This record gives sequence, structure tokens and C-alpha cells, in this order.
Amino acid sequence: MEKRVLFRSKWLPWVLIAPQLLIIGIFFFWPAGQAVLQSFQMEDAFGMSTEWVGLDNFRQIFSDPSYLTSFKRTALFSVLVAGLGIATSLALAIFADRIVRFAMVYKTLLIVPYAVAPVIAGVLWVFMFSPSIGVVAYFLGKLGYTWNHLMNEGQAMTLIVLASVWKQISYNFLFFLAGLQSIPKALIEAASIDGAGPWRRFWNIQLPLLSPTTFFLLVINIVYAFFDTFGIIDAATHGGPGQSTSILVYKVYLDGFKALDLGGSAAQSVILMLIVVVLTVIQFRYVEKKVQY
Amino acid sequence: MVDRNPWLNFFSHAVLILGVAIVAFPLYLALVASTHTASEIVQSPMPLLPGVHMWENYKEALLGSGKLGSNTNVVQMMWVSFVVAMIITVGKIAISLLSAFAIVYFRFPFKMFCFWAIFVTLMLPVEVRILPTYKVVAELGLLNSYAGLSLPLIASATATFLFRQFFLSVPDELVEAARIDGAGPMRFFKDILVPLSKTSIAALFVIQFIYGWNQYLWPLLMTTSEDMYPVVVGIKAMLGGGGDASVDWNIVMATAILAMLPPTLVVILMQKWFVKGLVDTEK
Repeated sequence: MEKRVLFRSKWLPWVLIAPQLLIIGIFFFWPAGQAVLQSFQMEDAFGMSTEWVGLDNFRQIFSDPSYLTSFKRTALFSVLVAGLGIATSLALAIFADRIVRFAMVYKTLLIVPYAVAPVIAGVLWVFMFSPSIGVVAYFLGKLGYTWNHLMNEGQAMTLIVLASVWKQISYNFLFFLAGLQSIPKALIEAASIDGAGPWRRFWNIQLPLLSPTTFFLLVINIVYAFFDTFGIIDAATHGGPGQSTSILVYKVYLDGFKALDLGGSAAQSVILMLIVVVLTVIQFRYVEKKVQY
Repeated sequence: MVDRNPWLNFFSHAVLILGVAIVAFPLYLALVASTHTASEIVQSPMPLLPGVHMWENYKEALLGSGKLGSNTNVVQMMWVSFVVAMIITVGKIAISLLSAFAIVYFRFPFKMFCFWAIFVTLMLPVEVRILPTYKVVAELGLLNSYAGLSLPLIASATATFLFRQFFLSVPDELVEAARIDGAGPMRFFKDILVPLSKTSIAALFVIQFIYGWNQYLWPLLMTTSEDMYPVVVGIKAMLGGGGDASVDWNIVMATAILAMLPPTLVVILMQKWFVKGLVDTEK
């Protein structure tokens, strides 16, 4: 944690650290503080007066059925995104780890979605699935399945889950591949000599040794599904039909900027902050445990 | 390779080809759509092979025609995206290098407090504190400016932690040697520490550039005048209401391809550093 040899100066460290402190002070602590403050206040429609209302905003949020539904929806969405994304990329990484030829080509093609902005990902997927012009929607129709995510809530959810998983596959894939490549070859060889086939080796050696990576990716994917999917949802479904795809972060935006309910939006922000803090603490405690081994 | 099972190898390739095909399909379709006329695309099904109108579409996208919802051309929007991404990338790397240097190599009062203050910012993405941040930026008069677009996104400490981690692994003997040779702290920083950090800087460059280029929600709220739209926001503006036949999909897709090009090139060309950076930042 500490260096044995240090430089000595009374003022230099402050000069060095000042830009960082200034930026996070103005653009992080000030707004974050404002959010906490506003969540305890009620502002009238014209912004003329503010009133201290204590926990009223929170009480109101938690008695609002549409917020509670959005909570459940976000949970479902993030479980689907994390589960599907992790399973798919694990499968791809296992096979990519096995082969030698063309490995670089596959890898390069699989990391491209990382570079695509979430909004563009949303646009690409809505283009494929658009009920009027989408190619995939057309072929689904040929197969006798009517696709219209503008009307059907389940289909809208499916669309944003698919687009979100697609965007995140690169990230998961790279981490699994790095994890697989760090497993000592001796273990695999020993198991092989003992007569374990590829399937057995996967379940009894590779998968257990990948569990730290999997856990890490689980947390990262949940955070991703909570926050970074805003662009995908805004481009693909606008949170609709109804409110069936407006997850928590989208609702903060809708209530704050579209409905101008500042106190309510701030209280939602505070709740989101708490969720992220809890997730981060879980992750760090786990990482620390791992280090002690 | 432990065992040579030709069937399993064949199966592995089959799975990967299928995976790559599914992953690449949306991108391929965008590429195809950007080479047809708008009326060819709205036929159903749209053609699945590239057409011959690529040149016209990209020219129209790049220079703008006035037909679209947005009057600004893609050249202008790409320039905004580029400037914002560069300010975020260079700014973040610069302030993080300096503050990590202060935290690792100096002892000063409130050091632990500063450390934790920076640490906390790791947790909260800008989406969470969007409305109050908007107010702060508005009060400072930074709406529709490059500073307003980029500074709030610099306020996170990922890079500081990466550099701190790296500096802690630099051998102490180097500092001793530098001091014996009469080098002050800044000389040590400039001539030894920064050159040693080259790989980490390259890795962070890739990640931060993509992060900056792909920002959407923040610029969407921040910019009211179209000439400050980054290209990612511009595409959304072209779509207007939603995905129906009235949109000029050929131009939208040409713009999307153009918008994806710089970050994709950065990822592919700097793949080695990108992978290293990704795996390192999250440690």
C-alpha cells in the first residue's frame, strides 16, 4: 500500500492532485449532494419555492405501483441479460480456447460489438425486427409467428434483451477467454491421463476454476443491464409499449426530464445510487476474499 | 492440445462460425442497407446482398441534404464526437497520472481522505446523477459546449486506480537511483514513471476513447443546438419517431456505419492493448 521511499514536498502533492479533486468536486460531489438534498424536498411546478418534505418522496415512490413494477422489470431484465450473456459467451470462449487455426479471426470478429454504441446497437436491432420492414420480423412472419414489439410487451422485452446481450458478448467473451487461458495446462493434462473426456474436464475443472471470473462478470453484467442499456432502450422501444420496457434508469430520465418531477426523480436517483453501492461492496468483499487464498 | 479429436475440432469451428455469423449479422445488414436506395429497403423482404448505391448514400450522409430531421452533416457530428472523445481520453489520463503519482509517491495530510473521495466516484455512473449534474452544468453556463460535454464524464476514477496499481508495482530502487542522481520528483515522473506506464496509457486510451465516443444520454440532454450533436445522438435524431417506413434507412445506416468506424478501427488495430486494458482496469 505504501512506498518505502517517498518524495518530500509540502505543496507539490496538492498541486498534482488538485485537477482531479476539482473535477470530481464540481461534477461528482456537488451533483450527488444535490440529488440527496432534492430527494428530501418538493418543488412546485414553476420552481418558485422548495419545501422540505422529509421522506415523503421515497414514501410516494414506494407506494407507486408503476415504480414497483419497474423495479421487478429491471430485475427480470438484468437477470436475463446477465444469464444469457454469460452462458453464450462462456460457450464461445470454451470452443475458442480449444482451437488453434483461425482463433484470431474469430476473436477479432467477436470483439467488434464492444465498439458499437448502445444507441446504435438499438438502431441495428430495431432495423432487423421492425414489424414493417425488418428482415427477421419478415421471416418470422413466414414461419407463422407474428412479430410486433410495438404492440407486444413480451416481444419488446425480448428485443432489448437480445440487443443488450449482443452488445455485451465481446466483453464477457474476452474475460472468459483470459480466464481459460490462465488455467494451468498441467491440470487439464492430468485429468486427460486419468481418462476424463472434454465434457468431464469442462464440468470438473474448467468451470469451477472459472467461478471467480463468472462471479465478477455477473456483477458487471448486472451493473451494465441497470445503466448502460439506456441507449438501447431509447432507440429500440422508448420504454414502451406502455411502460413495459422502462427499467429504473429509463424511468429516472422519463420522470425527471419528461414529467419534470424533480423530487421524485432525485429520490429514484438516490435509490439507484444505493443499489450500485451495494453491488460494488459485494464485489470488493468478494475480491478481497479471493486475495486471501 | 490434450487430445486430437477431429470431430470435436470440427464441432468447435462450427459453433464459432455460427456464433460469429449471428454476432456479425446486424452489422452486415447495416452495411447492406447502406448500399441500397430507401425504396429498395422498404420492400419486404429487403435485399440481403449489397446494392450499387453505396457512393450516393455515403455522400449524402457525409455532406447532408436537408431532407433529414437533422440539418447538420455527419462530418460536423463526427468532428464533435472526435473532439469530445479526445478531451475525455487525454484529460482523464493526464489528471489520473498526476493524482496517482501524488497518492503513491508523497505523504501529505488528508491523503487517505483524498484517496477515498476519489475511490467513491468509481461506483456511480453519470446516468445515476443525471439531473443534478445537468443543473450544475447549466448553472456554470456550459450547456452546448465542449467543456460541458466532456468534463462531467472525466469525473470518475477508473484510470487513477489503474495507475495507482501500476505505480505500486514499480521497484523502489528506481526512486532511490533517481534521487542519488539528483533528480527531483517531477523529473522522475517525466523521465521514468511516464515512459514506464506506456502500455497502461495505451490500454486506457482505447477504452476511454470508445467510452467517450459512444456517450449518448449525457450529450442528448446537454446539447440543444444541432451543431453540437455528437454523431451517436445525431443518428437517433434522424430516426425521429421510431422504426417505420418513413425513415431514410439507407442514409441512417450509412451514418451508423460511419459512426461505428472510428471506435471499431481503434479496437481492432489496438486489440492487444485493448484486451490488456480491459482485463487490467477491472482488477
